[in-house]
Amino acid sequence: MARKLPRKDVAIIGLGWTGSILAQELTDEGLDVVAIERGPWRDTATDFPTTYAQDELRYRFRRELFLRPAQTTFTFRNKMDQQALPIRSWGAFMPMNGVGGGGVHWNAETWRFLPSDFVLKTHLTQRYGANFLPEDMTIQDWGVTYDDLEKHYDQFEYLCGTSGQAGNLNGKIIEGGNPFEGPRSRPYPNPPQAQPFSYTLFAKAARELGYKPFPQPSGNMSQAYLNPLGVRLGPCTYCGFCEWFGCGNYSKSSPQTTILPVLLRKSNFAYRTDCEVTRINVDPSGKRATGVTYVDTSGDELEQPADLVILAAFSIFNVQLLLLSGIGKPYDPVANQGVIGRNFAHQTISQAIGFFDKDKFNFNPFIASGSIGMCIDEFNGDNFDHGPLGFVGGGYMGQVQTNGRPIQTTPVPPGTPRWGAGWKSAVRDNYLSTVTPGTGVHGSFYSYRDVYLDLDPLYRDHLGRPLVRITIDFHENEIKQNAYLTDKFAEIIKAMGATQVVKQYRKAPYNVTQYQTTHLCGGAIMGTDPTKSAINRYLQSWDVPNLFVMGASAFPQNAGYNPTGTVAALAYWSADAIRNQYLKNPGPLVHV
Amino acid sequence: MKIHRRELLGSAAAFVASATATRAQTLLSLPWRPEAGSPPRPVKPGPWLFFEEQEAAAVEALADRLIPPDPDTPGGKDAGCAVFIDRQLAGPYGRRAGLYVSPPFIKGTPSQGPQDEDDPAVQYRKALAALDQYCRTKKGGAFASLSDADKDAVIGDLESGAAKLDGVDGQAFFDMLLTNVQEGFFADPIYGGNRDMCSWRMIGYPGARYDYRDWVPRHNERYPRPPVSIAGRADWSPRKT
Repeated sequence: MARKLPRKDVAIIGLGWTGSILAQELTDEGLDVVAIERGPWRDTATDFPTTYAQDELRYRFRRELFLRPAQTTFTFRNKMDQQALPIRSWGAFMPMNGVGGGGVHWNAETWRFLPSDFVLKTHLTQRYGANFLPEDMTIQDWGVTYDDLEKHYDQFEYLCGTSGQAGNLNGKIIEGGNPFEGPRSRPYPNPPQAQPFSYTLFAKAARELGYKPFPQPSGNMSQAYLNPLGVRLGPCTYCGFCEWFGCGNYSKSSPQTTILPVLLRKSNFAYRTDCEVTRINVDPSGKRATGVTYVDTSGDELEQPADLVILAAFSIFNVQLLLLSGIGKPYDPVANQGVIGRNFAHQTISQAIGFFDKDKFNFNPFIASGSIGMCIDEFNGDNFDHGPLGFVGGGYMGQVQTNGRPIQTTPVPPGTPRWGAGWKSAVRDNYLSTVTPGTGVHGSFYSYRDVYLDLDPLYRDHLGRPLVRITIDFHENEIKQNAYLTDKFAEIIKAMGATQVVKQYRKAPYNVTQYQTTHLCGGAIMGTDPTKSAINRYLQSWDVPNLFVMGASAFPQNAGYNPTGTVAALAYWSADAIRNQYLKNPGPLVHV
Repeated sequence: MKIHRRELLGSAAAFVASATATRAQTLLSLPWRPEAGSPPRPVKPGPWLFFEEQEAAAVEALADRLIPPDPDTPGGKDAGCAVFIDRQLAGPYGRRAGLYVSPPFIKGTPSQGPQDEDDPAVQYRKALAALDQYCRTKKGGAFASLSDADKDAVIGDLESGAAKLDGVDGQAFFDMLLTNVQEGFFADPIYGGNRDMCSWRMIGYPGARYDYRDWVPRHNERYPRPPVSIAGRADWSPRKT
């Protein structure tokens, strides 16, 4: 029997980006807030100081900062008729754990989605006709628009001190920025990060090919920055240890470097770490959440009553908690009914590696930041005519190389043996003169009827709960998109002066051992129709109005950008609706 | 509670440290405990922790063919790759600490990833025994005793799958071994490999330096400074006896 704790106004599940944002906003409203986090406390000085944060084996290959699969993992299969098997060690994506969540070890690539991304189904149908879309593609409009979110994107960028160059300021196209972006109300709070050699070379080649390259928007500081909450971030030192690593310099925007120092001083905020929420409790009507139940490290079960529950875990764990709590109708791909688990999506990533003459080119690839680089957006979203191409979607592309860490980034030309003297000399001869963009082609992943989440019938986690079962494969649309984009990208790498370009297309089947990104999304999507979405345009559960579900689980499909900017903008948008609408009159904010 | 702006103008570090310290525990004396904290402890030279002598001889010989010595840079053996693997197998990596190891172990498709019942320590133990047995049968001696040409032929057959080891997937073992040898060669020397940062010197990687601001605008100019390890630089460090 769970021990019942004193009531709180708000219980937040997960203290990553969205949990921190909601905690900050709702404590500002005077509410008594508790955040319950599955992982440990984490901070810069204690957990990733500059003296040993730069340990490639520990953080990248032994995955020190990530969720331990022993605690929970997923099962995975490509097709519905296959036996799903557990992901025993992380590969294609890396779920986060602990305070700060993915904000601790992200690259801080801080993008906005395109205005057309939010009305995708309507936009594509109007431009190409309904028959242009594959029959089993289940894309939807979001129910929220870019214009709704603009001020919240701005809010997040100013919180983070995002470094970048505006491309569209109140409708005016600005030279040097991304001309395809939606209109922004203000410039970025910081100028773009400085660009080492390979990135400027990419920009030059792209410009010569007729594209409009721009610096990638970066949550790593181009200069010291004091954010609106009064927290100071330091300048990035281009150490090359960003993604997978915590930043020792207070240079990467994270909950720790932007919000938590303020939040922790508030008397109406409390947090509990190493406490795993096992379910969201609902009253007998099933229409009202009464709080959450969690287990602490001693195995004791506790019940935290709350008037408002904010589900702010990682996307796929949001879906798991909804399924385990019996909130919302589980998705059934055969009957094509239900909502929880539908429209799961990931990303379609590839790259082209450029090998250059070592006597003429030295790139010093170890000088990098997680979101450094020069990009083009000509092939993202619907910025180009898909009519003759026979697919939809796209992505940004760029020389966005994050590191020259040698276990990961010692590429050798094709034909080199995997071992022996030939391999060794090829590593030596190519390390400094190779361009390895990593997520160089960052493509969208649209949603399909047979790509979804449900509970696994066989495998369980350390608490005896069913694992989430992932059913996912690449569809022909994404494979065609990737082939087209990768070819375009390789042309630019070639034009940089590479003597040899190796294209690494993304191919089916989806392979769970090959890292792409951790941009898993969908499964508890937002929308306008309660039979096809789990939450309304304010991220409020259709079924349980005092439950709001944050995160990329709300995305009806994934766009060709990194998701965090949009995840955070949605969190601020939802917080605004809670503060200015819900609290005045608790109940459904959208009536259908 | 009202936050005064002036209070917040210091560094984020100061705030968080004070806030967590007061929440975490009541401190009776100093705000730290002797020998506490989680900085890495460098691997110490000394006897093998996991390998038996015969296994160690095989792994050193394998590492020295996967990464052969040349006049400028040591091979896998002298770089310490076997020491690295020994310490890894004796630690959490060897027993798959933190990974999902619940049964059943069902063979899946390649896209579903490894579903091995054995952890890396057990896999090495079985594979090294089977490899020496294979070499004795085919080449007349344990792997470490073979000529370089014979060693390379055996490794090539492991890689291609042509070498059939008794009860062990030789190709999977080759893949794991190659990964671990290269990890040891390139990882920070604190783990026992990459001795004196030999691989970093070979490729021109400056290691654990954390600030390249001065070199960002120096396009197409080779970075001039030697590498440093998390534990410092070889020529700053006292030599162990």
